[in-house]
Amino acid sequence: MIPSLRVFAARVTGLAISTFARFMTAPRAIWQGIEPVPKQRVYFANHSSNGDFVLLWTALPTPLRRQTRPVAALDYWLTSPLRAFIGREVFNAVLIDRRPEARTEDPVAQMVAALDTGSSLIIFPEGQRNSSDAALLPFKSGLYHLAKARPAVDLVPVWIANLNRVMPKGEVIPVPLICTLTFGTPLHLEAQETKEAFLARATQALLALKGQA
Amino acid sequence: MTSPHLLWLLAGVGTILVVASIIGEILRARLSPTGQNPVIENLNARINAWWVMVICLALAFVAGKPGVVLLFALCSFAALREFLTLTTHNRADHWSLIACFFLILPLQYWFLAGDWYGMYSIFIPVYAFLLLPVISSLRGSTKDFLIRVSETQWALMICVYCASHVPALLYLQIPGFEGRNVILIAYLIFVVQLSDVMQYVWGKLLGRTKVAPNLSPSKTWEGLVGGTLTATAVGTALYWMTPFSPLEAAGMCLLITLMGFFGGLVMSAIKRDRGIKDWGHLIAGHGGFLDRLDSVIFAAPIFFHITRWVWSTT
Repeated sequence: MIPSLRVFAARVTGLAISTFARFMTAPRAIWQGIEPVPKQRVYFANHSSNGDFVLLWTALPTPLRRQTRPVAALDYWLTSPLRAFIGREVFNAVLIDRRPEARTEDPVAQMVAALDTGSSLIIFPEGQRNSSDAALLPFKSGLYHLAKARPAVDLVPVWIANLNRVMPKGEVIPVPLICTLTFGTPLHLEAQETKEAFLARATQALLALKGQA
Repeated sequence: MTSPHLLWLLAGVGTILVVASIIGEILRARLSPTGQNPVIENLNARINAWWVMVICLALAFVAGKPGVVLLFALCSFAALREFLTLTTHNRADHWSLIACFFLILPLQYWFLAGDWYGMYSIFIPVYAFLLLPVISSLRGSTKDFLIRVSETQWALMICVYCASHVPALLYLQIPGFEGRNVILIAYLIFVVQLSDVMQYVWGKLLGRTKVAPNLSPSKTWEGLVGGTLTATAVGTALYWMTPFSPLEAAGMCLLITLMGFFGGLVMSAIKRDRGIKDWGHLIAGHGGFLDRLDSVIFAAPIFFHITRWVWSTT
């Protein structure tokens, strides 16, 4: 395809996807801890549905959305040409390989490189979809390494409520129910803070938003 | 579908909104120049949302029957989404919820658009009532079963069945009133919403005694009496555009404003039970679609059936 046509197709597809997400979930963004201003951020959210990052991406105002890249699993998004187009061109995702044995690039280095170009990121520190009864799965260490590598960047907890009821795991057709996204107060790695302490603090910050959603 | 009477009514509403917008801006300039007074800000947000709602309704009227049916189908969809967000259901209900949105809602409005009274007046109370629990039971979860199916059915009755009685008014056949049915819709909505607005105004001015302090802090006897009487008086004065005599118009207005009030009360009880203040967030200043439509939803079926029994030949 001609490059400009690809860009156009990506824009249209992106618009279609976010319109559909709005129609189904009428997402409501509650900017509790931050203002929706174009500042570089890492949004970290709970992960209960495949639609999570689409919804977060949709809930961001357009200028913020343009500079925000979801971090997604390469082993999922490169399995078909359509997925690859949506992942790469529409969402401009940072594709990381979740399989340590197969990967050639370090995921944290990839995320840091994306931050260094000025992008904001969407990450799901649980590392996989949570279909358990627990509110959150234990966080992977990626968030900590990111906080350590670029301590100035705001790490913003985002609690996504209700999306697991819109589309429970294993279902194909979503039910239109209202979803709420609560944006909390940014976190930074503190001096001398250990990995465990930081991840526990990040987990608590995210869980604290759940009760209010 | 436009008639001179409809244009008069819309012009009247437009004038009220212009006056309200001017008053809102004056109050803002005097009391809330930097947006610090939440009551004034909310008032202005409400007035702005009224403009949007009135313009949408007017456009639907211009588009005729399909436009009005489509508008209310979309309102039903938004209302149902708000309602079912708060009801009890689990994964076993996934397909019955999908059926509510993508099968029952479109079919109800489809039957309505085809003027199949025998079907749309029983479709949800009979067919959906029996079908949905079957779908849920097939998935095998018994936990809270009766609560789940009852709340889903209630959501459909309120958001789809009752709401669809507003566009159903277009299909009544009243001798001497042919081609003017849209007035019935405009009249119903105008009187009920005017009553809501005047209850708010009288309540803010004189409200002392709460009707149901456990349900709603903003519903007062002073607001109720003032609002329903004001709306009834205005509605009665507009009898000439309806099929009703002045006395009949007064009776109808009293009935629908009271139904509207009770609708607000019932929906407040549900909100209070679920620990929320508003059903949604899509109509700035008002909350959700259900916050704005609750009174019309309760008044519409009664208004429809009484008009049908007494005045319509169908």
